[in-house]
Amino acid sequence: MKRFAFATVSTLAVAAASSVVAEPQAEVLHWWTSGGEAKSVAVLQEEFAANGGTWTDMPVAGGGGDAAMTALRARVLSGNAPTAVQLKGPAIQEWYEEGVLADISSVAEAEGWADVLPASIAGHMMCEGTWCAAPVNVHRIDWIWANADILAANDVEMPTTWDEFNAAAEKLQAAGVIPLAHGGQAWQDATVFEAVVMGLGGPEFYQKALVDLDPEALTSDTMVQVFDQMRTMRGYVDENFSGRDWNLATAMVMNGEAAFQIMGDWAKGEFLAAGKTPGEDFLCASTPGDGYLYNVDSFAMFEVEGDDNRAGQELLAKLIVAPNFQEVFNLNKGSIPARTDVALDAFDICAKISAEDMGSTSAGGSLLPSYAHGMALRGSQAGAITDVVTAHFNSDMSSADAVQQLADAVANSY
Amino acid sequence: MSEWLENHLPKVVLAPSFIAVLIFVYGFIGWTAWVSLTRSKLLPKYEIHGFIQYERLFDSPRWDTAINNLYIFGALFIVIAMVLGLLLAILLDQKIRVEGAIRTIYLYPMALSMIVTGTAWKWILNPGLGIESMVQGWGFPNFEFDWLVNPDYAIYTIVIAAIWQSSGFVMALFLAGLRSVDGEIIKAAQVDGIPTWRIYTAIIIPSMAPIFLSAFIVLAHLAIKSFDLVIALTGGGPGYATDLPATYMYAMAFSRGDIGQAASSAMIMMLVVFAIVVPYLYSELRAKND
Repeated sequence: MKRFAFATVSTLAVAAASSVVAEPQAEVLHWWTSGGEAKSVAVLQEEFAANGGTWTDMPVAGGGGDAAMTALRARVLSGNAPTAVQLKGPAIQEWYEEGVLADISSVAEAEGWADVLPASIAGHMMCEGTWCAAPVNVHRIDWIWANADILAANDVEMPTTWDEFNAAAEKLQAAGVIPLAHGGQAWQDATVFEAVVMGLGGPEFYQKALVDLDPEALTSDTMVQVFDQMRTMRGYVDENFSGRDWNLATAMVMNGEAAFQIMGDWAKGEFLAAGKTPGEDFLCASTPGDGYLYNVDSFAMFEVEGDDNRAGQELLAKLIVAPNFQEVFNLNKGSIPARTDVALDAFDICAKISAEDMGSTSAGGSLLPSYAHGMALRGSQAGAITDVVTAHFNSDMSSADAVQQLADAVANSY
Repeated sequence: MSEWLENHLPKVVLAPSFIAVLIFVYGFIGWTAWVSLTRSKLLPKYEIHGFIQYERLFDSPRWDTAINNLYIFGALFIVIAMVLGLLLAILLDQKIRVEGAIRTIYLYPMALSMIVTGTAWKWILNPGLGIESMVQGWGFPNFEFDWLVNPDYAIYTIVIAAIWQSSGFVMALFLAGLRSVDGEIIKAAQVDGIPTWRIYTAIIIPSMAPIFLSAFIVLAHLAIKSFDLVIALTGGGPGYATDLPATYMYAMAFSRGDIGQAASSAMIMMLVVFAIVVPYLYSELRAKND
C-alpha cells in the first residue's frame, strides 16, 4: 500500500515536472548531532532552504555512526534509501557495489570538482569513473598537540623525529609530567599506531602496509620497529588510561597534567572551546615524519526516485562543495575545506598549516588516507588490524608476535 | 458450528502467537544459520560458501579471548552468585528482626539496569577515582587495585559487578525455597538433637534441588547474553581483553560490516545455550512423563 502510494506520488511528481520545475527535496541521514557538529549541519540546512529546497533531517546519534549505518541498512533493504547519507572512504565503494548509489557527475562536472579537489580525495568520491559522493571537509589525523607552558618550563621543543619524541618524553617523565595523554580505546590506539607507521616507515611504507596490505610490508623489520615504538610509548601514558575518552585526554594536556596528545584535529575544537589560543597556550604540529593522513567526511548520494528528489540531490551536492558552505562548515567543525581554492583568512594557524601541508603532500604523493578512521580500508580489514594493535598496546605481547598476528589477522579478514 | 468452535477455540486463540514465534524466533534462527554459511559483508547475501565464516571465527584470536572470557565469567559468576545467594538466604532465614527491610536492600541492585551497574562500578574500580585512590588517600600509598585497567584481571571486574547485581535475586529464589521446606521435618530433626548446620546440609539443601536448577538456568543465560555490562564497565577493553561473544557479535555486525562473521558467532552462542538448556528441558519433560 505504502509502496503504491509512493509510486503514485512519484508519477504525479513526474507529470508535474513536465510543466513546472520540481521542488528540490532531500532526506539527509547523518550522525552530526553534538554541539559544534549540529551547528555545522544547520548551516547546510539553511542554505538548502534558501535555495527553495525542503530538507528532511534524519539524524541518528550513537556508536560513532554504527546506529546510523544500521538505520541505513534497513532503509536500503526496504527499497527506500535516503537522498544523501554521511558516508566516507571505502564505505562509499562498498555501497556502490550493492548497486544503490546515484551518479552525480553532471553536477560535479558543471562545478569543476576535479579542478578544486586534491586528486587522492577526489578518488574517494568516484565510483568507477562517475561521481557518487560530495566531500565536506578534511580532518588531519597525524597531529601532535602540546601544552606550550609545560614544554617551555622543561625546555622541550616540538619533536620532529620519533627519537626526539622519546627523548622529550623521558625528560618530561623525569620532571613528573605525564608525557603522553592517551585514551585506551581501540580507535585511539590505532590513531597513534598509524602516525608511528607513517613516521618510522615513511609514506611509501604506509601505503604498502596499511593501504595495499602487502604481507611483506606487514611482516617487515620496519613494522617490528613500529611495534617497538608503540611499546615504548606505552611507558609514557599514565596507568589510568584505559577506556578514557579522547576529550578527557585533551583536557589533561589543557590542564597541564600531560604534555602531548596524538589525535586528529577535532582535538583543536576542545582547546578552542576552552578559550585557549593556538601557538600560545597550545601548540600543534604534524607528528614526526613526512606525509599527511586525512579523514574526509562526505555525503554519498543514493539512488532515489522522482524529479523532486533528484533535483534535491543535485542541489545538495552543489551546495556541499560550494566555497561558502565549505568555509562556514569547517570553521565550525575545526577541520579544513576539501577544496583547495577557499580563502583561509578566517581560519586559525593550525588549519593553515594543515591546508598548506595538504597542498604540498598532494603534489608529492604523500597525501594518504587514514586507516584508523575508515578511509583506507574496509571495515573488516581495518578492524582486524585494530584488534592486533590494541591487543599489543594493552598487553605484554612481543613485537615479533604482533607482526605475525597482524599478517594472520589481515589474511583472515576477507 | 458452536461445537467446532468449542473444540478448536484454544487452537484458534493460540495460533497467532504460535505463528509469530515460528517466524520471529525459529524463522530468524534459520535465516541466521543460512547467512552464517555465506560471505555476507555489508548486506546479507544468500550464496552458500560452506563453513568459511566458522573457519575465520575459530582462527580469530579475538574470538578465542571472547570464548575464554565466557568460560571464566560464566563459571565464576554462576558459582559465586549461587553460593553467596544461598549464604545470604540462610542467614536471612534465622528469623531475624527487620528481615523485610534487609531483604529489600539485597534485592535492590536487581532494580538497576546493567548499564547503571556497569557505570557505577567503572567509577568505583577506576584506579584514579575509586577504591585505589581512596585507600591510598587514607595513608597506604602502596595499595594497588588496578584490575579494571589490567588486561589479565579486567574480566574479574565484570564478574564482581555481575555478582553484585544478581546475588540478591538468587537469594530471593533460595529464600523462597528454604521457606517451602516442610517445617514438620525440621522440627522433628531438632527434637532429635541434630545440629542446625546438619539440618541444612542433610535435609533442607538437598530438598531444594529444583531451585538450584532454576537459579542455574537463569544465571547461565544471563552470563551468555551479557553485553550491556561489558559495554558500560570496560567497553571490551583494555584492548579486547574483556570481549564476550555477544560484544564480538555486535562489533562484527554493526561496526565492521561483516554480517557473515556476526551470524556465525551468533550460531555458536546459540549452540552454547542449547548445550545448557536442552539437557534441562529433557530432564524436566521426562520427570513430567514419569
